[in-house]
Amino acid sequence: MPKVLSRNEQEISTEDDVVVFRRKVRALAQQRGFDPFATAALTTAASELARNVLVHAARGLGVLEEVNDGRRSGLRLELRDEGPGIVDVERALAGGFSTAHSLGLGLSGSRRLVDDFQLESTVGVGTVVTVVKWARF
Amino acid sequence: MTRGSIPILRVGSNLIVSVQRDLHDAIAEAFQEDLLVTIEKDGATGLLIDISALDMVDSYVARVLADTGRMAKLMGTETVIVGMRPEVAATLVRMGYTMAGVRTALNVDEGLIVLARRGRK
Repeated sequence: MPKVLSRNEQEISTEDDVVVFRRKVRALAQQRGFDPFATAALTTAASELARNVLVHAARGLGVLEEVNDGRRSGLRLELRDEGPGIVDVERALAGGFSTAHSLGLGLSGSRRLVDDFQLESTVGVGTVVTVVKWARF
Repeated sequence: MTRGSIPILRVGSNLIVSVQRDLHDAIAEAFQEDLLVTIEKDGATGLLIDISALDMVDSYVARVLADTGRMAKLMGTETVIVGMRPEVAATLVRMGYTMAGVRTALNVDEGLIVLARRGRK
């Protein structure tokens, strides 16, 4: 498990919270030397995942952590909610599938933008998505 | 951001808007409606949307932009999206969103050339 160097938690229950969360992600990525492409990728993933929380669960938590696995430093995002959960995870990850009239790219798209993607979802309990992006130099 | 706060400039028969801030839910619809009303009022035949100030375009914002172009098209006005940053283009394609059917150009100058060519046909 990578070492966690810092941790910031934020409630996500409004559109403004989504904006604030992704701005925090952008600021930290830039501060930590992420190039513009990696910064845009992680910021966009943060936006998609935080919006998913808002749309599907109405509220949840966004966690932003600085991590280091001994070789590389990176940023880890964790988005957790106590919403309805995902009935068909495989289908949700396949993309082009949407239960909320979006483009259906939230999960599948975010997965393609990060280095590590984990999803745990239990129907009636909630969903936790954890992603990591490593800095490139 | 309140309704009407994204300035819409008129250049010849074209409208130019420069999106400077996040187009999130609260302002996206107002942005679209303002544009459509102005297109009708000014009789604009072309619409140029400059997104060079946007450092992030997620699938939601991409859809707002593409929908705006489709709405304008139904009225008979061509839309060109200009100034997409390299990291934004890379991110959208990696996500699987190519904005198919949306006309784009490198910058405002190139966008105006695209619209002018279209106008002569």
